[in-house]
Amino acid sequence: MVERSEPAGAKNPTTLERREREMIVSRSFDAPARLVWEAWTRPELFGRWWVPKSIGVALLSLEQDVRVGGRYRLVFDLGDSKTMAFFGKYIEVTPPSRLSWTNEESEDGAVTTVTLEEKDGRTHLTLSEAYPTREALDRNLGATQGLPEQFGQLDALLATLG
Amino acid sequence: MVQYSSSLDASFAALSDATRRGVVEQLWRGDASISELAERFHMTLTGMKKHVGVLEQAGLVTTEKIGRVRTCRLGQGGLDAEWAWLERHRRVWAARFDALDEVVEELKRKERSDGRTK
Repeated sequence: MVERSEPAGAKNPTTLERREREMIVSRSFDAPARLVWEAWTRPELFGRWWVPKSIGVALLSLEQDVRVGGRYRLVFDLGDSKTMAFFGKYIEVTPPSRLSWTNEESEDGAVTTVTLEEKDGRTHLTLSEAYPTREALDRNLGATQGLPEQFGQLDALLATLG
Repeated sequence: MVQYSSSLDASFAALSDATRRGVVEQLWRGDASISELAERFHMTLTGMKKHVGVLEQAGLVTTEKIGRVRTCRLGQGGLDAEWAWLERHRRVWAARFDALDEVVEELKRKERSDGRTK
């Protein structure tokens, strides 16, 4: 029961799987890989979906220098004039099939890798977050200890998804 | 099915608190007494008893008093706690990917209409 499927009717379900030190999320898209790739690598597009409105957190700024060694930085507004930044650098950029970056907000941040596999005009996306240790993944999953506000927003999101 | 999702709701509610998530995480590693938990989370015994009570109600934790010591261990539902966390994350990703889907659909439409005008 660790792997969950979407409620009946969802045409492209999102699945999430936990391994020892890795979290893997996957979903299919009815579009060729190059279009999915564009949505991941053009800031004006990426900013539109990475933070869905339903989460209720606003994206204050977004910088993406999508090339090997290039850096990215996202700053979120948590309300009460509190902000939170996520940043790191791209370590693999192979259009339109593989994009990988570091997460440098904490010492034991994950390496995130997105893989796009196209078949018959459809794209299967797999995102892996690989942590240095099992404990680091545990902390991230139970996560947000330092972020009660965000948890509230997550709960609000979950409520709207019912 | 209804029963299942209502117990999941109770798990979510119980786990919306950082201390309680910490307690469940701690009990994954091994049983502990209320006073050990209180000490570990820098809380009073009374405060910890309240948290453990909420977890007990949600079926995440069971307690047993032996002599003067009340020992806590993961309940049946505790085994589902990790699952509940994963489900939280999955839903966030699902929402994100649905939004990505919209952007991709828009790119697809744009490409099609550009193709027609060329």
